[in-house]
Amino acid sequence: MYSFFHDSMIGILLLTVAETLAVLVPVLMCMAYATYFERKALAAFQLRKGPNRVGPFGLFQPFADAVKVFTKETIIPAGASRSLFLLAPMLTFVLACLAWAVIPVGDGWAVANINVGILYLFAISSLGVYGIIIAGWASNSKYAFLGAMRSAAQMVSYEVSIGFVLVTVMLCVGSLNLNDIVRAQGPGHFWFCFTLFPMFVVFLISMLAECNRAPFDLPEGESELVAGFFVEYSAMSFALFYLGEYTNMIMMSALASILFLGGWEAPFGLPGLPILWLFGKICFVMFFFFWVRATFPRYRYDQLMRLGWKVFLPLSLLWLVLTAGFLEFTGLLPNGAA
Amino acid sequence: MITSLAFYVFSAVLLGSAAMVVTSRNPVHSVLFLILAFFNAAALFLLAGAEFLAMILVIVYVGAVTVLFLFVVMMLDVDFVALREGFQKYASAGLIVGIVLFAELFFVGVGWQIAPNAPVLRLSAIPGQMQNTRAIGQVLYTNYILLFQLSGLILLVAMIGAIVLTHRDRHTSKHQNITRQQQRRVADTLEVISVRSGAGVAELGIYRPQANRTGVHAASGQDAHVLAGEAHAHDGAPAPEPVQGEH
Repeated sequence: MYSFFHDSMIGILLLTVAETLAVLVPVLMCMAYATYFERKALAAFQLRKGPNRVGPFGLFQPFADAVKVFTKETIIPAGASRSLFLLAPMLTFVLACLAWAVIPVGDGWAVANINVGILYLFAISSLGVYGIIIAGWASNSKYAFLGAMRSAAQMVSYEVSIGFVLVTVMLCVGSLNLNDIVRAQGPGHFWFCFTLFPMFVVFLISMLAECNRAPFDLPEGESELVAGFFVEYSAMSFALFYLGEYTNMIMMSALASILFLGGWEAPFGLPGLPILWLFGKICFVMFFFFWVRATFPRYRYDQLMRLGWKVFLPLSLLWLVLTAGFLEFTGLLPNGAA
Repeated sequence: MITSLAFYVFSAVLLGSAAMVVTSRNPVHSVLFLILAFFNAAALFLLAGAEFLAMILVIVYVGAVTVLFLFVVMMLDVDFVALREGFQKYASAGLIVGIVLFAELFFVGVGWQIAPNAPVLRLSAIPGQMQNTRAIGQVLYTNYILLFQLSGLILLVAMIGAIVLTHRDRHTSKHQNITRQQQRRVADTLEVISVRSGAGVAELGIYRPQANRTGVHAASGQDAHVLAGEAHAHDGAPAPEPVQGEH
């Protein structure tokens, strides 16, 4: 049995497909319930009840929504670049799913436990902007185009500070492997959200901008741009954008948990399945997303750029240099896996 | 077998998309094909075992440089007809440049001398189980530190040049000065006054500021913008018009 799955071509293929499904199916279920969680959380913040009609406590609402978008008509506007118009939502969704290949859900439990996992995640998240830009351009609509332009500038700006945050964490760990990063926060070590607190704050805020979430949801800013880059989309193509957005949010939450909250490691040596700890941490960061959305008004565009380039960039660069200096002079610089 | 199959697939897509970059009619499509080409190049790096280079290629070129490139190309208003005409005009010059370049490349390729131990070195470039990233770092920050820093300086100079050339401080545009905004106190800008019902603020001597009426006010010895509590006792001169509701 073991040799079939690890040595024969068909076996490896089947095993890979099974592993992929084992990650993607729960992620998509989580995504469906993330929308429910968001609506319930926002409702609680605003003293409403939220979805409560479909099933007990409205628990089947995500499925009702799914059936609704499946059965609607896909409209392709005249003058749109047809192939690119259809490619954009698929690209967004596929990229959001691709990132999950390297997320460790337990010690060494990842579809691909690669040495440059953190760079892979960074690369995939920086590609996410293409779905938005292509959608904006292919729609042949000025609102969509403006949304796409905003998104491009915003994501490029905030990637810079996210990059510096990642480099700081890599310096402290001495490895680019996500599994090693989690292990570095294991028993007897502080989580990085304490030792690198300013970087944690920078990452949390940049994460909001990277996911185009409130208060940085300018690419879709409905008060100025109707719905921004996906204004022309309907039915399934719209649903793919929606899926991509939430999958990205869960992925960024997972990344925040892995980098700063100890990933699947339990705090204080508490018992419990590693995957459940990771799930709990992801839920906490997701709640942070909704909490911010319910609390803050939308940023103005120049304020967004100012925050990215004039506050976060110098701050994260300074903290990077400080961390490197501290590690060098205290002799704590990790040697890394040879 | 899978590796060689993947190599041929990625190479074929890479060459095909590279060809499409130059032959595509729409410049936006060209840039998108360029992205595909970069992506396949990264996949080839991966196949060669250079995982760090592959990721950096995607992060830097696909994730940042080409985004800005696409950004600019989308905004450009390119006249395709004029471009076609230009093709006819410059075809001969372009052909000559192409031939010269190709000939040079050809002579370089023919005259290339490979060190006798190079193939061996290439296959065992990374000692033992050392990770790719670490190996690059150990070479780059020791033997080639000068070249590495020099290329960084060149990029810095290019960046400063671009900023100097394009950044103009437009005094007419509105800027938000956060420090000034935060230093502002309520007393600097706001005054609470009680207004008698039905009389309006004119009774308290508050008039709408009107810049073009300075002449009148110079005679009456009164500022154009009279603030509360200042100008009750002006003698004899007719009071400026009170605010006449909404305009």
